[in-house]
Amino acid sequence: MFIAIAMVLVVAGSILFHVLSPWRATPIASNWGFIDDTMALTFLVTGAGFVAVILFMAYCLYRFRHVPGRRAAYEPENQKLEAWLGIVTTIAVIVLLAPGLLVWGQFITVPKDAMVIEAVGVQWSWSFRLPGADNQLGSSDVRYIDTTNSMGLSPADPKGQDDLLIASSELHLPIGKPVKVLLRSIDVLHDFYVPEIRAKMDLVPGVVTYFWFTPTKIGEYEILCAAYCGTGHPQMRGKMVIESEADFETWRTAQQTFEQSRKSDASRDKRASAQ
Amino acid sequence: MTDASVPQNVAPPPAEVPDVDLYHAHSWITKYVFSQDAKVIAIQYAGTAIAVGILALVLSWVIRLQLAFPGAIPFIDANVYYQSVTMHGMIMVVYMLTAIFLGGFGNYLIPLMVGARDMVFPYVNMLSYWVYLIATLVLVSSYFFPGGPTGAGWTLYPPQSILTGTPGHEYGIILMLVSLILFIVGFTMGGLNYVVTVLQARTRGMTLMRMPLTVWGIFSAAVMALLAFPGLFVACLMLLLDRTLGTSFFMPSLVELGERKDYVGGSPILFQHLFWFFGHPEVYIVALPAFGIVSDLISVHARKNIFGYRMMVWAIIAIGVLSMVVWGHHMYISGMDPWFGFFFAVTTLAIAVPTALKVYNWVLTLWHADIHFTTPMLFALGFLVTFVNGGITGLYLGNVIVDVPLSATLFVVAHFHMVMGIAPVLVIFGAIYHWYPKITGRMMDERLGKIHFWITFLGAYAIFFPMHYLGVLGMPRRFYEMGETAFVPASAATLNIVITVIALAVGFAQSIFFYNLFKSLKYGAPAGGNPWRAASLEWQTPETPPGHGNWGKHLPVVYRWPYAYSVPGAPEDYLPQNAPPVRGEHSP
Repeated sequence: MFIAIAMVLVVAGSILFHVLSPWRATPIASNWGFIDDTMALTFLVTGAGFVAVILFMAYCLYRFRHVPGRRAAYEPENQKLEAWLGIVTTIAVIVLLAPGLLVWGQFITVPKDAMVIEAVGVQWSWSFRLPGADNQLGSSDVRYIDTTNSMGLSPADPKGQDDLLIASSELHLPIGKPVKVLLRSIDVLHDFYVPEIRAKMDLVPGVVTYFWFTPTKIGEYEILCAAYCGTGHPQMRGKMVIESEADFETWRTAQQTFEQSRKSDASRDKRASAQ
Repeated sequence: MTDASVPQNVAPPPAEVPDVDLYHAHSWITKYVFSQDAKVIAIQYAGTAIAVGILALVLSWVIRLQLAFPGAIPFIDANVYYQSVTMHGMIMVVYMLTAIFLGGFGNYLIPLMVGARDMVFPYVNMLSYWVYLIATLVLVSSYFFPGGPTGAGWTLYPPQSILTGTPGHEYGIILMLVSLILFIVGFTMGGLNYVVTVLQARTRGMTLMRMPLTVWGIFSAAVMALLAFPGLFVACLMLLLDRTLGTSFFMPSLVELGERKDYVGGSPILFQHLFWFFGHPEVYIVALPAFGIVSDLISVHARKNIFGYRMMVWAIIAIGVLSMVVWGHHMYISGMDPWFGFFFAVTTLAIAVPTALKVYNWVLTLWHADIHFTTPMLFALGFLVTFVNGGITGLYLGNVIVDVPLSATLFVVAHFHMVMGIAPVLVIFGAIYHWYPKITGRMMDERLGKIHFWITFLGAYAIFFPMHYLGVLGMPRRFYEMGETAFVPASAATLNIVITVIALAVGFAQSIFFYNLFKSLKYGAPAGGNPWRAASLEWQTPETPPGHGNWGKHLPVVYRWPYAYSVPGAPEDYLPQNAPPVRGEHSP
């Protein structure tokens, strides 16, 4: 008896919690509003299913509880009813899956005009690389990594010489322009995670992964790591600044190229050895 | 020997199942320690699983204390936190849930429910337990080695799991991998036994479609485990070689903390495929026995046949088959080929259909039933609520694009605890309250059992339901401390404190269960052979607890399915499977 009441209360409490909860998705700052829409649809369909099943069960528990003299009915199966339930469930699943797959199709189709940048993860910090005037990123490999080349760019690749290196963990992006983020790790798994843009993807040492999004809201956002990467995992933070095209250009022109960083490192080394 | 008055559909087939000679123990040691009796092995398995489960429960308090009061508990640092997370997860999934369902309930119930004298290979069965015990001891021993147990997360993803940025990289990870390999060796011996016993040792009349769903669940889980564990076996072996001999199965060229390592050409994603090829079926290896047991609990205590038995069997088989091809949904954002997303989303959501049909049939069993709110029944009903709740959040995480923002957040933690933590654990409790009278001959205390149920069910729901919303907010899992993070409001920390307080209370409330368990051994009311008036075969043994060989002189003969409750025309509201047919009866 209590259990029937408890189930009604569980359903009511869950709905109430859902409506009143102050913990909601962060305000979206990218083009992936479709992801939020698909999730909202899922909340609706699954929530209705949950409420219907548990309330029906609560009714049965109340209505068919044992009282002296009650005897259960004997009904091994009802194929018609089972078939109908199967069909209704299949339709509900298709309603959830179809829009989900459509949005996934967009997610994995990078726009041709997307600006390509690179995020590099290392235990436990972020750094970034933007293409220089040639609009191309140079090749890289962990075997090139040394004290003056922490991101492992190929010193011989002419495409890489003008690449802009951002070692400060602060990435700036222009608003309204699709960005393809190439992801590279030089040690363990990491994951580029900014809750406000919804999209995220793992960094896997040995391969270059990617995802894309279009920033839609000016502001500063925290970059976290979402793939456990050792004891410093929670401290692996970065900052993503979405700003106007003009502000972005100002910031970009202030960044050092690979060539410049090698020269300044080399001159510093020379000074150090002269002393 | 066909009696003309017996309807054809309930008559046992004429073929005799040959009786077997059992090994008869002569000393206390061979009877209770190195026992070959499946019932003793079952209790050894369950006892070890529960003991190591208590360790996992204590570790969950360490996790919760850190999340609620970061930095305030002196003995919890980042190392201890990640070691606790890893050990809690691995122990609960493998050493507790898998072991207790298959090694515990499987060993106890399969022979009794199918009318066999014992498992088909009793000696191998005994070895299975001892290898499992050694595996468990190896795992726990990592606490006593320099560096402690591994803190790699229960998924043990390389490269991180064997590099120095991870606690326990000295010995802990090696012991973990060795322990898993041993566990799989032990399980394989047990699993073969369960499968062969079900296929070969059923008594006369016990057709496959007359087996209780408990046996169907455990049988299917054992088949799946035999197919899935080899994936983990090779993954562990290769990772062990990468760690000890410096091979590069999973390790690419990398620079660790400024130092170039010698690894070259390995694939971290390959490990993830192998791990989840095991890891996803593993969810159902735990769930299918729970599905089966809960079907039987509901049927017995609602005095009604399980609704749609044949559909229930086919759903178990469909889930078992589908669960072998959904593993990629754990890897949507792993960097694998994004086209996999379409395939794995379709298979994953397809599995929702047979699963939902099972839920409907459990609920429809309650329709026009005669429901007794016993402790086992309450736990079964608690399972339904938590399983439905946890199951539908699987539709979020399985639908590839919805998974993208939610993956690696507390939503995932809440989901899998609800669906494969709380739900199966409620079934384990229900099953213990249900079969304890058969195992010991005494009843457990109903009043204490109900107190235990209410605290555990409502408490667990209150722990994990709100946690989903922290995940929707975007709070990542596996964060030792959240620190200052702009998008996380202060109220999230308050919620974490509330969850921790409830978790501690629910954890301590389990002492009520243990008190009941031990007290009832001596002071419980005598149960008799069949206190729940159940129809399935294990309640019809000549002795309670059943003796060695289970059935006395003659094996039972089965005339009907195990769900003959409230059959019209029958004198009582249940007909045991081995009771001679009633005139005019049409039981399957």
